[in-house]
Amino acid sequence: MIIRFINFLGKSTINICTTTGEFTLFLLEAIKTLCTSKLKFSKTFSQMDRIGVESLSIVILTGLFTGMVLALQTYIGFQRVGGEQFIGAIVALGLIRELGPVLTALMVTGRAGSAITAEIGTMIITEQVDALTTLRINVFQYLVIPRIIASTLILPFLTLFSMFFGIIGGYIVCVYVLELSPEDYESSIRNYVEISDIKGGLQKAAVFGLILSWVGTYKGMYTHGGARGVGIATTQSVVASSILILITNYFLTKLLEQL
Amino acid sequence: MSTKNPKTKIKIIDLQKEFENHWVTRGVNLDIPEGLMTIIIGRSGEGKSVLLKQIIGLIKPTFGNIIIDGIDITTLNNKELNECYKKFGYVFQFAALLDSLNVFENVGITLIEQGKSHEEILPIVKEKLALVQLSEDTLYKYPSELSGGMRKRVGLARTLITNPEIILYDEPTTGLDPITAHLIHELMFDMQKRLNITSVVISHDTESFKYADKIALLHEGKIQYFGDAKTIWESDNPYIYQFIRGLPEGPITKEIAYFKDKA
Repeated sequence: MIIRFINFLGKSTINICTTTGEFTLFLLEAIKTLCTSKLKFSKTFSQMDRIGVESLSIVILTGLFTGMVLALQTYIGFQRVGGEQFIGAIVALGLIRELGPVLTALMVTGRAGSAITAEIGTMIITEQVDALTTLRINVFQYLVIPRIIASTLILPFLTLFSMFFGIIGGYIVCVYVLELSPEDYESSIRNYVEISDIKGGLQKAAVFGLILSWVGTYKGMYTHGGARGVGIATTQSVVASSILILITNYFLTKLLEQL
Repeated sequence: MSTKNPKTKIKIIDLQKEFENHWVTRGVNLDIPEGLMTIIIGRSGEGKSVLLKQIIGLIKPTFGNIIIDGIDITTLNNKELNECYKKFGYVFQFAALLDSLNVFENVGITLIEQGKSHEEILPIVKEKLALVQLSEDTLYKYPSELSGGMRKRVGLARTLITNPEIILYDEPTTGLDPITAHLIHELMFDMQKRLNITSVVISHDTESFKYADKIALLHEGKIQYFGDAKTIWESDNPYIYQFIRGLPEGPITKEIAYFKDKA
């Protein structure tokens, strides 16, 4: 029993170390490829379209309703202490500093991160990646780099939309549902939200974009075992990206606070 | 069909490959002659595709050497291996066409990635498509719009674009009707003779024997027979005798053996 447990512990440790090592080396290989070869601009723009533009509607919807519900919840609490005039600032700060970047990243992970893994994974199991290798095409340059660059660059833009529509959602609830003063909502945002808040939120979004594409491409490239393998890799990609985004968010918040 | 004493193009020495305590190839020794067609036969699951992928360096062997034109490719790093791929073409079992690209882009992908213009690439792609008897109508079709035989021919055309010295075929006629399979065989034979290509073919199809120069039988991770294709039906080697006639009794057992050791 004890030997079996030690065996399990040893195997798990080796697995974790192997995966972490592979994962890190994968990013290093991507950075090396980016530094030593030409960026494929057309592929990068095409990925920006697929990851960014095609995700815009769900990001806007998420932002809008998050802003609306945040305004409603904040009102319930603030009404008790007579702080209704601060709802605008709370909604805006919440969306700009935290909810905008995190929810956008999670939505894009579910929509585009999973698609990245599924697409590359299918290419692996149907030998398309092997075909590229035998045709002397750098697989990292062709498949991985455009996705990582596109995702890292486009996430801040998507987050801007999420923040903006979230604030609009909050405004709609405050002004038209709760019948609060629109001036209070606007002035509290102007008084308490700073440019550094927006900058911090966008920096977080770029890091989340890197994480979701890094995990997505890595999981795709290490897919094995046929159609079931693609399904497993896709699920693992979404779960791992989401968890990494949430954990990184805490450390990024700490780091940005200290800067 | 075969020439006398051709030079060895690919020399495989004691090739062994292990996957998670399971030895697939257990000491393959084989000299593949230059400019001829060598067919590797064996039961499904014997590791023929693994052997082919080791020859081209897509799978690293656990032990052994593969010497191509005097260079041991098992010792090459990725950059050197990439250079070595210039000599190779690989026709995949299910063609492995990139499904997001049309036929023109699939066949010309190497040239597109080298930055050549559409005008430069188009005549080359058309020439290669003509070699595999595909008309210009297929140029802008996607793989999903092609039949199995057409996809294999596009795969072959894509391979020819780099003018390889060696083409490896992984079961090129599997899943095709006899007429299309015959056409593919004729094409392979024609390519090999016309362009003096060294061909290594994985096949189960006895029809392909008449196009081959040499035949090797892989069984239990080792080459059990290697000889001239034209004398194969007269061979008294018990493995080849049983295999090509599809006899249930003989040294080849019904079950594929899984070897925990390489010996």
